Amino acid sequence: MSPLLTVDDLRVSFPTRAGLVEAVRGVSFSLGRERLGIVGESGSGKSQTGRAIMGLTPPQARITAKTLSFDGIDLLEASPRERRELRGNRVAMILQDPKYSLNPVMTIGRQIVETLRTHRKISASEAKARAIAMLEAVQIRDAARVFDLHPHEVSGGMGQRAMIAMMLIAEPELLIADEPTSALDVTVQLEVLAILDRLVAERGMGLIFISHDLRLVSSFCDRVIVMYAGRIVEEIAAADLRNARHPYTQGLLSCMPEIGGDRHPLPVLDRKPEWAR
Amino acid sequence: MTLPETSQMVAGRSRGARARGRAAIVARFLVVIVTTYLGLLAVTFFIGRVIPIDPVLAVLGDRAPAHVVERVREEMGLNLPLYQQFFRYLGDALQGNFGTSVLTTNPVMTDIRRVLPATFELATLGTLIGSLIGVPLGVLAAVKRGSLVDQAVRIVGLIGYSVPIFWLALLSLLLFYAQLRWVAFPGRIDVVYEYTFTPTTGLFLLDSLWQGQWDVFRDVFRHIILPASLLGYVSLAYISRMTRNFMLNELSQEYVVAARAKGLSETRIIWFHALRNAAVPLVTVIALSYASLLEGSVLTETVFAWPGIGLYITNSLQNADMNAVLGGTIVIGSIFIAINILSDILYRTLDPRTRAR
Amino acid sequence: MTAVPSAPLSRRDWLLSDRPQSRMQARLGRAYMTWRRFSANRLALLGLGILVVLILMAIFAGVLSPHSPVTGDLAGARLLPPGSPGYLLGTDEQGRDILSRLLHGSRLTLFVIILVAVIAAPIGLIVGAVAGYAGGWIDAVLMRITDIFLAFPKLVLALALVAALGPGIENAVLAIAVTSWPPYARIARAETMTVRNADYIAAVRLMGASPLRIVLLHVMPMCLSSLIVRITLDMAGVILTAAGLGFLGLGAQPPLPEWGAMIASGRRFILDQWWVATMPGIAILLVSLAFNLLGDGLRDALDPREAGQ
Repeated sequence: MSPLLTVDDLRVSFPTRAGLVEAVRGVSFSLGRERLGIVGESGSGKSQTGRAIMGLTPPQARITAKTLSFDGIDLLEASPRERRELRGNRVAMILQDPKYSLNPVMTIGRQIVETLRTHRKISASEAKARAIAMLEAVQIRDAARVFDLHPHEVSGGMGQRAMIAMMLIAEPELLIADEPTSALDVTVQLEVLAILDRLVAERGMGLIFISHDLRLVSSFCDRVIVMYAGRIVEEIAAADLRNARHPYTQGLLSCMPEIGGDRHPLPVLDRKPEWAR
Repeated sequence: MTLPETSQMVAGRSRGARARGRAAIVARFLVVIVTTYLGLLAVTFFIGRVIPIDPVLAVLGDRAPAHVVERVREEMGLNLPLYQQFFRYLGDALQGNFGTSVLTTNPVMTDIRRVLPATFELATLGTLIGSLIGVPLGVLAAVKRGSLVDQAVRIVGLIGYSVPIFWLALLSLLLFYAQLRWVAFPGRIDVVYEYTFTPTTGLFLLDSLWQGQWDVFRDVFRHIILPASLLGYVSLAYISRMTRNFMLNELSQEYVVAARAKGLSETRIIWFHALRNAAVPLVTVIALSYASLLEGSVLTETVFAWPGIGLYITNSLQNADMNAVLGGTIVIGSIFIAINILSDILYRTLDPRTRAR
Repeated sequence: MTAVPSAPLSRRDWLLSDRPQSRMQARLGRAYMTWRRFSANRLALLGLGILVVLILMAIFAGVLSPHSPVTGDLAGARLLPPGSPGYLLGTDEQGRDILSRLLHGSRLTLFVIILVAVIAAPIGLIVGAVAGYAGGWIDAVLMRITDIFLAFPKLVLALALVAALGPGIENAVLAIAVTSWPPYARIARAETMTVRNADYIAAVRLMGASPLRIVLLHVMPMCLSSLIVRITLDMAGVILTAAGLGFLGLGAQPPLPEWGAMIASGRRFILDQWWVATMPGIAILLVSLAFNLLGDGLRDALDPREAGQ
């Protein structure tokens, strides 16, 4: 079986006054119907990798790759229209903070229905019924009422569930989650993750989980990619994380406190310029 | 361990709190209306009764016979203490009694009722032109930021900000009336029709349409289109610039990225999602521009001999008819206050975040 | 930092030093940075250039004018078109040279602008700074008054005021100033609120400074840059209002060569002698445009946060 997504030597660069700045510098991986975590600090290029796959890079950016294909479709050759028809339909993306990523003047229900009716020819009433069913699937109990609420009227956790509902309603095969729980309260994070976990498993989607939190990613994904300065420094199965060879990954790992562990002196993350080469 | 959120968590505030919030808003509106209106009347009272050395002469002119002066002095209550004069003035103004115009010998309010529809029609058409062109131009400039379109919109706007409108009006009359003959002579309607056409509402465009008088409509249109376009241009300058700012702000928001991730077309994202959000502050901008057109009509109406409140005020000014000037000022001021309040209410209904507050 | 550092320190490096040796150097350095941002904006420079020309015109009007601005050659030079020998921009109905009148009119324009700024800005600054610093009911009352004035129709109110005071350029200035201070008060208040609780204000207070001293010496200077931007932008409107009053015969009285009044007198000849009304209009447009360009440039230079807007 050919992989769902193939990324080979992906490069994303932005022209600035100081010259070309490369945010992603030769990233390669392939993905089946599995969960891949991408970890890195801010500025490591992990989000730009996700956005390049979605086709959401700002227009001034330059994207090159030997291969960037989804289910046999060459994404770099595809017309803007073809890419748009993929987005939300077969490839979807969850953004970080529902406070900003939901349109404040539209009801939650309309925003979910909008995704569905953009990609499926169905009646308004059927779309509404499916949106409510989707809200129930993300464990919103009072779905019919939440359907008519505006984003500011719900909590962050519920907003993120609505976001998940909005992105999954057209049943995409690949989901990119860009820091989907970082803006949420710690207590709510696990609930939202559990919902995401179940839906991904039930629907057999491929998932790219982008986060700065190595532990979270390793507990949630099958495989982990560690990025540094636009490059992949390590690719490893989540279960083997303890055997990570790259010093950066080890550094990230040792930053995580352990109960009963000795914390003196506090470890400082090493950044060596040669890793970026 | 996933817990469905309970309904209390999303309920927001209780119904009682919401009702209290609404009462507080109404109370605040009332305070604003009352104090602003009092302020307006205090200032016009000051202008009309305190600044002039002899308000009677200011009203009547210095050629009035002595017994008339005496009678008017009595009528105006000028022998009373100042605060009592103010209360009388307040009472009169609240009843719409601004005294008699020396120039027309009618009560000022009667005159204003007659001339107001002309200004209303002109300013409304001007604002319509300004928003219908200005908003799309602003959106385009924001979407194609830095492009030729953006530069062009910027320059058109800058000139609109900087041009003396009465001068532009004169030049456009020279071009479109005298040279090209595209539009009619200054005025609101041809003398020919003044006797055959009986307006019902005072809005000639609507009245002539309603009565099915096509030739009248054509004539009225040829009269109104130039002054309305000029006012429209001035408001376009302001509206397009603000629309551009608001749209730039909206287009950089995360919900726009989310909308793209949903696979929506750029057209829908720009003209529906982003513009719908930009519309919230735009309402205030358009209302302000409408108010300033009502006022700006003072100069435009003078050039176009447009029989509205602006021309009425300037005619009265030139004849030292203070009652009419102050009456007109109060009426325009009241309309300003009303527009401010209305735009505030509209803002609240457009933005769901302020609705319950 | 492309320049090769010349020994010991070039003037530019001295200005841009991140470790200024004196307060003076720091100030000059900041001014230099602002100037660099400002001068990168070509339109803003154009605006500044026009205003410099306006000021020079006003100063040297007497020398530059080929003819008298008030008495014309009624017999031989009525309504001559532009380009006539000796009359570059033509003459008006009284045979007066339009160029000379424009040159002298620039003095009236500057007079209006400067006086309005000098009257309105301090009123707004004081009202806003006091309201913002005092807070409580003083703030509430002052701001209510400000809002009331903001809700008035400015031009119509100015008209009524001039009608009561009597026409004339001084009264026009007064009327415009009375109607244009409220926005300054709002800006000054907003700026004051942001610095009021700053630590350095608390430090000054601990050293025993009186509220008056704090407001005058430590709060008001912080409001200046945004106020200057706003005043510059407003001056475009002030020029238009003054010209409008002049056009209606309420501003400067004949034979003063006020630009708005010149348009009004040229109005009668617009169909056949277009230049009489056109020339002063161009002058008004240019000066008003210059203030808008300068104001935009100043805002971008003084407040880089809004530069993109």
